[in-house]
Amino acid sequence: MDMRTPLGKVRGLGSAKSGTEHFWRVRTTSVALVPLLVFYIVFLIVYAGKPYAEVVGALANPFVATINGLTVIASIIHMRLGMEEIIQDYVHSEGMKIALLILNAFFSLLVGGLCLFAVLKIAFAG
Amino acid sequence: MANVTNNRPLSPHLQVYKFIPTMAMSIVHRITGGALYFGTLLVAAWLISAASGEEYFNWVNWLFGSIVGQLVLFGYTWALIHHLLGGLRHIMWDLGYGFEKEFSTKLAKANLVASILLTVLVWAIVLIVR
Repeated sequence: MDMRTPLGKVRGLGSAKSGTEHFWRVRTTSVALVPLLVFYIVFLIVYAGKPYAEVVGALANPFVATINGLTVIASIIHMRLGMEEIIQDYVHSEGMKIALLILNAFFSLLVGGLCLFAVLKIAFAG
Repeated sequence: MANVTNNRPLSPHLQVYKFIPTMAMSIVHRITGGALYFGTLLVAAWLISAASGEEYFNWVNWLFGSIVGQLVLFGYTWALIHHLLGGLRHIMWDLGYGFEKEFSTKLAKANLVASILLTVLVWAIVLIVR
């Protein structure tokens, strides 16, 4: 027996009211992160331990700065969603769960904001 | 209504299942994901120091170059590569492939072996290039 209303079926959001959006965003960011991180790892292999001027010069390159910014954005969305899943799985008290979910959002945005600011500052001001 | 939710039956958890490679790698995937979450602070520290000037940059570089720093970065590299390879397995499953028992078990073992080999390879190249 199907108790759902026609509208509910069309929306397809289920009891969590968000449908597959969480799942979908985890997958899209993960697909984006595969090439981005491969580039990042190669970049770090080349520039690990190099002097300041050389590293900043490379980071200021428009192509590198763009890839860097995209990597930061995809990473913070992916890590926030992943940690959300972990919190929802293991934290059972409602108050603590909400507090940690908010903390997770703040932490991800703070780290992402700082990284983006650093990337843009190096690109525009050196 | 007070204790209704507390007395609900729980679904069986980890301890009732036989420990097998796919399960182990699933757990490691989640642990490495959690570690990478906090490891982002390392990348943030590096980028912010590069944006803040030579003195800060050299200080962070010195910190990362210390024995503890190198160990943490080595672990971070492994966690990243393991999680990345695990993610590729998840994409494969999402597309509907690779659910056969023998194949997925082999792939779970391969995930671990490849992550270690690739981590060692990355570090070997870094040390040779330097």
